[in-house]
Amino acid sequence: MLKLEARPEQSRLMSIGSPLLALLITVVVGAILFVLLGKDPVRGLSMFFVEPLKSVYALTELAVKATPLMLIALGLAVCFRSNVWNIGAEGQYVLGAIFASGVAMTADKSTGGWIVIAVLAAAIVGGMLWAAIAALLRDRFNANEILVSLMLVYVADQLLSYLVYGPWKDPAGYNFPQTITFLKATQMPKLFSGFRVNGGVIVALLAVAVFWVLLFRTYAGFQLQVGGLAPAAARYAGFSSRKALWTALLLSGGMAGLAGGLEIAGPLGQLTPYVPAGYGFAAIIVAYVGRLHPVGIVFSSILMSMFYIGGELAQSRLGLPKSLTGVFQGLLLFALLACDTLIYYRIRWQAARPASVKAVAIPSEHKVA
Amino acid sequence: MDSIALLLAATLNAGTVLAFAALGLLINERSGIVNLGAEGMMLVAAIAGFAVGVGTGNDWLAFAAGAAAGALLAAAFGVLVIYLNTNQYATGLALSLFGSGFSAFIGIQYTQQKLPERPHFAIPGLADIPLVGPALFRQHPMVYIAIALTVALAWFLYRSRAGLVLRAVGESPESAHALGYPVRRIRLIAVMVGGALCGVSGAYISVVYTPLWVEGMVAGKGWIALALTTFATWRPARVLLGAYLFGGVTMLQFFLQSEGVQVPSQFLTMLPYLATIVVLVLISRNKAFIRINMPASIGKPFFPGS
Repeated sequence: MLKLEARPEQSRLMSIGSPLLALLITVVVGAILFVLLGKDPVRGLSMFFVEPLKSVYALTELAVKATPLMLIALGLAVCFRSNVWNIGAEGQYVLGAIFASGVAMTADKSTGGWIVIAVLAAAIVGGMLWAAIAALLRDRFNANEILVSLMLVYVADQLLSYLVYGPWKDPAGYNFPQTITFLKATQMPKLFSGFRVNGGVIVALLAVAVFWVLLFRTYAGFQLQVGGLAPAAARYAGFSSRKALWTALLLSGGMAGLAGGLEIAGPLGQLTPYVPAGYGFAAIIVAYVGRLHPVGIVFSSILMSMFYIGGELAQSRLGLPKSLTGVFQGLLLFALLACDTLIYYRIRWQAARPASVKAVAIPSEHKVA
Repeated sequence: MDSIALLLAATLNAGTVLAFAALGLLINERSGIVNLGAEGMMLVAAIAGFAVGVGTGNDWLAFAAGAAAGALLAAAFGVLVIYLNTNQYATGLALSLFGSGFSAFIGIQYTQQKLPERPHFAIPGLADIPLVGPALFRQHPMVYIAIALTVALAWFLYRSRAGLVLRAVGESPESAHALGYPVRRIRLIAVMVGGALCGVSGAYISVVYTPLWVEGMVAGKGWIALALTTFATWRPARVLLGAYLFGGVTMLQFFLQSEGVQVPSQFLTMLPYLATIVVLVLISRNKAFIRINMPASIGKPFFPGS
């Protein structure tokens, strides 16, 4: 029978090979799925893996979707590395968008471009505040941060809905649940004319560098990681687990908020009920596929962005539901977790031992005792 | 007074949804495994149940389909977590993400469909008592089955040998293993039973509670059920009471709206989620209390020979 045998140390090869293997499994399962749906699997898969890379326009769209995923995943990587389970990034993202909109709405014709900075700063504060609730309740009352941060996603969605259906509704918007379209001054400068991609990409890539330094070149980053890997060792060294909790949640909340703010100051340009696009949840997968490493996250966020665009293309060109994206995302994470086993264990073939050997091993008088 | 009877009836109905899922997760967690995939399992079970309900018009077949879907997904989760030693939280999250995508994908063809008309159930005699009849005795049979299941589960856990073994596996898998119990197989069975009950709950949502299919219709009930096991300190009777309490909170919004309370509906919709946070805080505040009641090995991997 097959047996898992613990490796003396982690396999470096597999820690890079595992995401690739998981991607391969996802592609194979995807191809089977297309065949079952009666579609040409080559054409189906090309929607996900070829079309999003085909033209300059496609590549810029890829960057537009990768930006929020990258930002959120960076924060989550710090969280997961320090064993703090913030899974409510989606809610923090929504709060970021709400706070950003609050500032963007105050702009008038005379407002200068500086307001973008205020918009983004407000977004970060909004995300941090939402995450701080989870941190406070965990710290003061020991309430599970997984459940609290997740419940707050639903609360954030309702808050957003209240605002766009109520006080923030555009009076000239034909009763649609949306705010006014924010003025140009509140928007991030575009990188090239004619494309949606804007300075947000630069912000995200800068954040990658900052997080790399934070995680691998600072004492605070070291403390966080020790706290996650070996809580007992961290306690013995005098690293505060409370500080780690707050740092991880505030950082990831701030990043998710920033991602929401950049959406408001960029591709969206107004607040609508469609702001929550699942980026907060997809970023969990991005973080894992990127090995919780800032550089890995760059690649995995591009991959996940391909899944999003592929789902849209599969809908418009093949008549398949857009939710195919979610199926592929879930499959990828499942496959990745299974493949990650190979980092710590190797598979060995072992002949089944006869069962009687085990039974004889315990002398009968010991059983009574 | 009629509105009180209606509120009570609706509370039992909403509580039943949570009760099935939370009782399932209770069995699951008693074996030492946390499955954060409840929401995903319930969504897939909801569409499986709805599809079978539309096709056959038979509630029981719909529940069976939901249970099968839940058990199947739970088995995939269980194999990963128990035999491949993957992280329980991450794997559960993967299941939730996969379930919400997969159910939306399958469900798209069912969005406009309706379930066939089925006769309403009423307990003969008792249902005709004024006030009490409509409140308590005209429910779907599953409402009463949930109560019976709670009693049966309490008996199983505390009065049967198999229940003792299950608790032992959850408290100390090493000891159970040393005594010769197949810890991993027991855990896999517990996880699958948990998945099946989450599946029944999911199918109940799409077939009885809000008889239609909408993407993401479970709306966090899987997560609330997960929180419920903690509130109830892993005891079946407390799970049932907690489920009714939360069912009541969910229904309160409709009651308040019909009474003409001037609060935007979104704030009323927030209530169950806020209530979950509040109760979670109240219960978790006392660390020792939680630790005494919690299955000791919960969330920790058990891998013989590692």
